[in-house]
Amino acid sequence: MNDLLLDIQDLRVTYTTEEGLVVAVDNLDLQLQRGETLGLVGETGAGKTTTALAVMQLVPDPPGKIEKGTIRFAGEDLLGKRHEEMRRVRGNRISMIFQDPMTSLNPVLTVGFQIEEAITLHQKLTQKQASRKAKDMLKLVGIQEARAGDYPHEFSGGMRQRVGIAMALSCNPELLIADEPTTALDVTIQAQVLELMRRLRDELGTSMILITHDLGVVAEVCDSVAIMYAGTVVETASTENLFSRPLHPYTRGLFGSIPSLDEEVKRLSPIRGIMPDPTELPPGCRFHPRCPSAAPICSQRSPVMIENEPGHRVNCMIYEGLVPEE
Amino acid sequence: MKTEADNVVTADVDERQQGLPESDAGRDTAMQVLTDTRRGRSQWAEVWRRLRRNWMAMFGLAIIIVIFFTAIFAEVIAPYDYRTQNLRRIADPPSREHLLGTDDLGRDILSRIIYGARVSLQVGFVAVSISLILGGTLGALAGYYGGRLDNVVMRFMDVLLAIPSILLAIAIVSAFGGGLVNVMVAVGIATIPVYARIVKASVISIKEQEYIEAARAIGATDLRIILKHILPNSMAPIIVQGTLGVAIAILSAAGLSFIGLGIEPPTPEWGAMLSSGRHLIRRAPHVATFPGVAIMITIFALNLLGDGLRDALDPRLKQ
Repeated sequence: MNDLLLDIQDLRVTYTTEEGLVVAVDNLDLQLQRGETLGLVGETGAGKTTTALAVMQLVPDPPGKIEKGTIRFAGEDLLGKRHEEMRRVRGNRISMIFQDPMTSLNPVLTVGFQIEEAITLHQKLTQKQASRKAKDMLKLVGIQEARAGDYPHEFSGGMRQRVGIAMALSCNPELLIADEPTTALDVTIQAQVLELMRRLRDELGTSMILITHDLGVVAEVCDSVAIMYAGTVVETASTENLFSRPLHPYTRGLFGSIPSLDEEVKRLSPIRGIMPDPTELPPGCRFHPRCPSAAPICSQRSPVMIENEPGHRVNCMIYEGLVPEE
Repeated sequence: MKTEADNVVTADVDERQQGLPESDAGRDTAMQVLTDTRRGRSQWAEVWRRLRRNWMAMFGLAIIIVIFFTAIFAEVIAPYDYRTQNLRRIADPPSREHLLGTDDLGRDILSRIIYGARVSLQVGFVAVSISLILGGTLGALAGYYGGRLDNVVMRFMDVLLAIPSILLAIAIVSAFGGGLVNVMVAVGIATIPVYARIVKASVISIKEQEYIEAARAIGATDLRIILKHILPNSMAPIIVQGTLGVAIAILSAAGLSFIGLGIEPPTPEWGAMLSSGRHLIRRAPHVATFPGVAIMITIFALNLLGDGLRDALDPRLKQ
């Protein structure tokens, strides 16, 4: 499997705010193979959503700005595309599912119309064909087609997220970016929506980036994982490798803060400290103020991405042989 | 999933209450009826439902509808022609032949008020349409694109706002002359900034919503996003302001006519009628009073409706 669908190199996205320049994403490398599902994991504010918006080129400008880097999608340079060309990619070849289904559907338009719109924007279909296809999409996500004429407020959260999925998949995109699609849903509905996404991904052969902060979701759905911290990817690996052999101290910290089923633990061991203020990122490795293995060199130079074993890359000086492991 | 389950449950309860047999057919129809009445109810249907419960707003709406029909069927309703002068009955008080009396040229005041409704409503709605279309477009563009465009447009609006709108209207009418069309344009242009500001403010607040981002994410064009996604969601304050704006426009037009810059005689215009009755105010007060009352009732009704709409459209009052 060596068919690169998405290749992000050295991406830097900043927001200009009153408090100063916020570096939301910096020095970010990310690759996605065709047909693969990648989990993008990180805390709130780690830059996951900004990365997704950068791929869609929907980073709000102003205040946001893609300062440097390349984003190649199926061999095409997305950042070099003109406004109109990019519009034709959005919703057609790359589409997105949003976090909160309560706010991501337009309250004054029927759900049928909203799905139809996604279709007619990119395909030359008659009104009738588009409406037929919208109804088919509704059926595909498990909603009766008779409800196409209903408004979003007449649906529950889980149903709305299904509508969101139907909209996103209506043009059969090559890449689907799901931005915390289940975070706003309760647990039983989460499972249903995840199952639906997994089924449709397999049926339609869509590649997927699943943004989440839930490692359980990743284990269930993703082929590979990228862990983000303070705007950059600190570790990428196949899901199996990452779960069995996490390398980066931050990744280990994440796993340490999940209660284990096998052992009796009185207290969880959270990562000490908090995420750094994005306007004042620490020098050198961004994780060093919180890192149990930090050495003096960690605040002096930035780590380089090292391929520790095939497909398992980590951004930490322990693996460059510069810092002893704790 | 949840809602369907709810439907089934309520349908079952309904059946038991009505003592229907537990047949699949009965259940299906019960479900059908329930879901059909509840389904597909748009936000506007909700607004209408809330508006209907506000009797003051409905009262205002009723008056406006009556005035509308009066204006449309003026030829049928009016007892006399609005131009017919009867020099033997000048400034007669209300009588059986002339229910509201006659004016200084012996014309039937009731008929002139009925025909005048045409002029006033036209001025009100056309002027508001002009300022709404021009101001709304400018405001929507400024709000959506922001930046330099916003600055240029809104500073121009500030300049317009700095001139009192009635003065601006007077200036426009004195430059281009009176007459119905010029009055409508003058009053319309004078209130453009009000609508530009309101539309801009609501576009900015809607623009930040996630569903607008979602619309961009499916590849919608800017024009489409503004027209289909943003404007329908920002109608509430625009409708309220528009309704109240019609009242203001009618008043402005009447004011212009009163000072002799508006609609030219013999076209019956309430403001002009008021003005022509001015010098008779001691001897025959009805000449000036009745057109004034007509203006008052119309403005009052529009304000009632506008306030009612404001309440009905306010999401904080939603149950």
